[in-house]
Amino acid sequence: MSLADMRSLYQAVVLDHAAHPRHKGELSDYNAASTVHNPSCGDTIKLFLQIDQDKITAASFTGSGCTISQASASLLTEAVIGKTTAQCLAMAKAFSNLATGQEADQKSIALLGDSAIMTTVMQFPARIKCATISWWALDEAIIKMKGHPND
Amino acid sequence: MGSVNALAKSDFPLLRRSVNGQRLCYLDSAATTPMPQAIGEKLQTFYAQSYSSVHRSVNSLGLETTNAYEHARSKVAKFINADPAEVIFTSGATASLNLVAESWGRENIHQGDEIVLAVSEHHSNFLPWQQLAQAVGAKLRLIKLNDQEELDLIQAKSLFNEKTKLLALAQVSNVLGSENPVAELISMAHQVGAICVIDGAQAIPHERIDVRQMDCDFYAFSGHKMLGPTGIGVLYGKKALLEQMPPAHFGGGMINYLDHGQATWEAVPEKFEAGTPNTVGAIGLGYAIDYLNKIGFKNIEQHNQELMNYLLPKLAANPGVKIYGQGQKLGVVSFNLAGIHPHDAATLFDQFGVEVRAGHHCALPLMQELGIPASIRASFYIYNDQADCDRLLEAIKQTQEFFNESC
Ligand SMILES: Cc1ncc(COP(=O)(O)O)c(C=O)c1O
Repeated sequence: MSLADMRSLYQAVVLDHAAHPRHKGELSDYNAASTVHNPSCGDTIKLFLQIDQDKITAASFTGSGCTISQASASLLTEAVIGKTTAQCLAMAKAFSNLATGQEADQKSIALLGDSAIMTTVMQFPARIKCATISWWALDEAIIKMKGHPND
Repeated sequence: MGSVNALAKSDFPLLRRSVNGQRLCYLDSAATTPMPQAIGEKLQTFYAQSYSSVHRSVNSLGLETTNAYEHARSKVAKFINADPAEVIFTSGATASLNLVAESWGRENIHQGDEIVLAVSEHHSNFLPWQQLAQAVGAKLRLIKLNDQEELDLIQAKSLFNEKTKLLALAQVSNVLGSENPVAELISMAHQVGAICVIDGAQAIPHERIDVRQMDCDFYAFSGHKMLGPTGIGVLYGKKALLEQMPPAHFGGGMINYLDHGQATWEAVPEKFEAGTPNTVGAIGLGYAIDYLNKIGFKNIEQHNQELMNYLLPKLAANPGVKIYGQGQKLGVVSFNLAGIHPHDAATLFDQFGVEVRAGHHCALPLMQELGIPASIRASFYIYNDQADCDRLLEAIKQTQEFFNESC
């Protein structure tokens, strides 16, 4: 590893999202939310969603954390707005798979868009959780509101 | 000032390995210390020549193992100036502290009683008391920090009263790295008739401990932070207290008599050592004590002080560095880099082979008190030298450049 590898983790987009997070702050109207902690570092992400007719019409997050967790949450909010809840669940699964070095289907990867950048965290096992917690929060918020997809 | 050399480096093969293509710069001794190679070798010899269970065997091997185990207990006793009967082997400081809470605490702390502890306690000296207080309806009272970010003795004074049953206190904070005013606080606690549980996990590697002189009622520590193996620790307790306390765990090796209806307990310390003990761990801890005695605490203290004297002014001179706690540091320093999350910093440091801890250090109440989510902690010991300080300083500089020019 080298500083060049560091640049692949901390790409300009990532640093930009961490320094200027999009959709940060509590939504004034939301009907789904979830808080996820990373016990190893004390970071917390709270995700807020407004879901209308099964589509995410607004998303935001609050909480503090490292560059990776902040950027990942920020990118997530951009990626999910306009998606259906089923698409979101597929995206969360694909993200989590990619970040842990597993395969994911192309359709879901395409849905992730820019947010897929964060899956380079795979090369840094100690940091995987930083990138994935906001996606867990997404998964949890949707399932809490709608029940499990197979129910 | 001349350069600060390691007291012992060649005894630790781990320190010769590389990390990410760089020679390991190990700055995480407050978490755990590597074991000198010779201790591992001696334990192998023990496995090869004397290994057996303790106490139960009327045979030569069993006797040899029992003798070695009890000899280790005597070494510990001498090391902290206690009586061997006052030395209980546990799996570590955490188990020791829980044992006091489960046994002495359950028996003596009731609804309306108060427990005083420092806001800087490690979770292992915080949670057992918080859980006990919740279970019995007792109250926790916290010693806060003063404007030096050290324990506030003046505020502490106001916490002790006739309801105080127990003081739980780390001798040295695993985050701030400074020695707490243990003598003053123990005396405040004793004045109101409370007992004192001292968590010595971070103190015992750094200074000579005399539990009698300290006059604590209980003292807890772990082997793996003082060059010994993992899975072994000690609870010292004053004999008179231990004798009154009920056992917290039940099993083999701790009864005097047992029939269907009742049981009576062995004397201390066996009463508290149910089950097959970690004999090899205890023997290894004994070897670690021999090793520390050979190096000598005067040398250890002086060495760590020299390292801190070299490092701290340079660290403080960096305007982007915020150091926590203004007390004297026993080889442990926690800090943050302005605008850089400690986990990002630690990931960068790791690229340079500099291994520090980043996180809340199992001291969330302290993090909340300091108003930070986490910090970087660099901790030093006898095998570290001035070059390690320089590598940390260089990693900090590179990390600051990396993030500052990127943003
Ligand atoms: C101050 C303090 N107390 C207690 C502990 C717990 O020690 P162990 O995990 O070995 O039981 C630690 C270790 O991190 C510590 O630093």
